[in-house]
Amino acid sequence: MSVLVYTENWDGKFKKLSYELVSYASGVAKMLNSSVTALSIGKVEEAELKRLGDYGAARILSVDNEILASLDNQTYANVIAEVAGKENASVIIISNNNTGKAVAPRLSVKLKAGVGSGVSRLPLSVNPFTLYKRTYSGNAFAHVIIKSDVKILTIAQNSFDLIETANNAAVEKINVSVDNSQVKTKVQNIQKQTGKILLTDADIVVSGGRGMKSPDNWSTLVELASALGGATACSRPVSDEGWRPHEEHTGQTGKIIAPNLYIAVGISGATQHLAGISSSKYIVAINTDKDAPIFESAQYGIVGDAMKVLPKLVSAVKEFKK
Amino acid sequence: MKVLVCISNVPDTTTRIKFAEGNASIDTTGIQWVINPWDELSLTRALELKDDPGTGVKSVTIAHVGPASAEPTLRKALAIGADEAVRVNAESSDAYFVAAQIAEVIRKEQFDIILCGIESSDYNGSVVGGMISEFLGIPSVSAVSGLKIENGNAVINREIDGGKEVVTIPLPFVAIVQKGIAKEPRIASMRGIMLARTKPIRTFEPVSVEPLTQIISFEKPAPRSACKFVDAENPAQLIDLLMNEAKVI
Ligand SMILES: Cc1cc2nc3c(=O)[nH]c(=O)nc-3n(C[C@H](O)[C@H](O)[C@H](O)COP(=O)(O)OP(=O)(O)OC[C@H]3O[C@@H](n4cnc5c(N)ncnc54)[C@H](O)[C@@H]3O)c2cc1C
Repeated sequence: MSVLVYTENWDGKFKKLSYELVSYASGVAKMLNSSVTALSIGKVEEAELKRLGDYGAARILSVDNEILASLDNQTYANVIAEVAGKENASVIIISNNNTGKAVAPRLSVKLKAGVGSGVSRLPLSVNPFTLYKRTYSGNAFAHVIIKSDVKILTIAQNSFDLIETANNAAVEKINVSVDNSQVKTKVQNIQKQTGKILLTDADIVVSGGRGMKSPDNWSTLVELASALGGATACSRPVSDEGWRPHEEHTGQTGKIIAPNLYIAVGISGATQHLAGISSSKYIVAINTDKDAPIFESAQYGIVGDAMKVLPKLVSAVKEFKK
Repeated sequence: MKVLVCISNVPDTTTRIKFAEGNASIDTTGIQWVINPWDELSLTRALELKDDPGTGVKSVTIAHVGPASAEPTLRKALAIGADEAVRVNAESSDAYFVAAQIAEVIRKEQFDIILCGIESSDYNGSVVGGMISEFLGIPSVSAVSGLKIENGNAVINREIDGGKEVVTIPLPFVAIVQKGIAKEPRIASMRGIMLARTKPIRTFEPVSVEPLTQIISFEKPAPRSACKFVDAENPAQLIDLLMNEAKVI
């Protein structure tokens, strides 16, 4: 029996997210007296693969096959199911990101394995196998039992700390049975987001709402985000108005994020907005209205006009960082 | 071409969630039930496709797994414009159970395009759509933010982690949709509400499926500490606190 973790790569590199997953898998393996096998799909150099061992992977399996260059949900689920079967995996761990959401449910039906999705803590117990997961868009957390023999967990990003446990794991190149005729999703066009920190990966996020008044006022907000090494986000009306791109919209119907620091500027703090950000470790609010509901969720606040506060914050950050 | 839109019946998104005695379930007193926000957008897109004669979409059916108490929500979807509804008469015990029921409906009635939301705002599971596709052995595309029909083929915009793609996929398929699929949810007109009264809601009995998961209890999120205010004239103090107290920058 083993704990299998699927570690996605981006242009041959792993991200913090990948190491979070392996750390989480090691935690589960410890509870089960089992060991972690990491699965990588795609072209990744041996040295990079070996890094998965630093977070507790005992074995690292690498599948490199041209057919798997782009995501076809069915084919990916088949590959992971095949490896899970060979490895006799009792728990399969995947990110709760777009890929995980695309693949985990198919894998579940294929293996008749219950899924716990958006899990943010280690299992509360392994017998029965009980998970802690976000429900009601962050307004409640549920204890959920998975009753099947094989369990699939999708892990919420930025919710689990990295645990380094030196482990000199061997990398094994393996083959899987795939052929091109299985691939039904044909990619016509790819637009990669490059050069910018992805909102879902960011440790620090500076986010603007309708209180920013006009898209022309965003330059100091962007400047603050870059001075802090963070990403920018926005509330729904801001992206609906076209002031900012849709990828930045956070909340119930947008991205769900859990950065260490979320700075909400001119955002009132509607429940639907909080649904996307309530797992942030610290929330800072900047708002002219001292009664704005966002202050109830914030640990630090400034009652004031964003246009005046933002430039001062930018210079303060630059000063402190010197 | 027939489109099926899966509808989840959820508490209004502003609901203050309270638990019933013993914290094993949600206290439903006073809750306003609505169509899951993403399902509302899928329905809107399905109706737009039907309105466009070039797509060949002839009908939009909605499917729901749940007790009769969900019918007002289904009527709302019919009032927005769906042609008919199918309700599988069972408590939606878990995602696997629900997906198995909807897959059974699709096996019986044959649909070309099946739309599901990326998650339901109550259970936040993100799995029903993908499960349906695997039960049926048909392709699925997730994180769909655009769907067009061109010459009988589906052209889909999807989000991947770190970018966007345009993909094509053969019918029948399941699209798991998110923001962008439609601009604004369509709302019911007076005429729509009148028409919905006589539109059919057909009831199916469930097939026997063992759920794979079970919620045993709920808890509230951990409370946050009270807000510490910093003078607007001295924002540098905020940076100091973030560096030295919270240690997050
Ligand atoms: C089904 C559904 C789903 C939804 N999903 C989402 C979602 O995913 N994400 C989301 O964000 N919203 C969502 N909403 C909308 C949500 O209800 C709110 O309308 C929205 O979050 C408000 O955005 P806002 O805070 O930017 O604007 P407002 O509520 O208008 O707030 C603006 C704030 O800026 C402050 N302000 C004004 N001027 C200044 C100034 N000069 N300096 C500083 N502060 C200033 C004001 O005091 C106010 O608090 C959803 C709604 C529904 C019904």
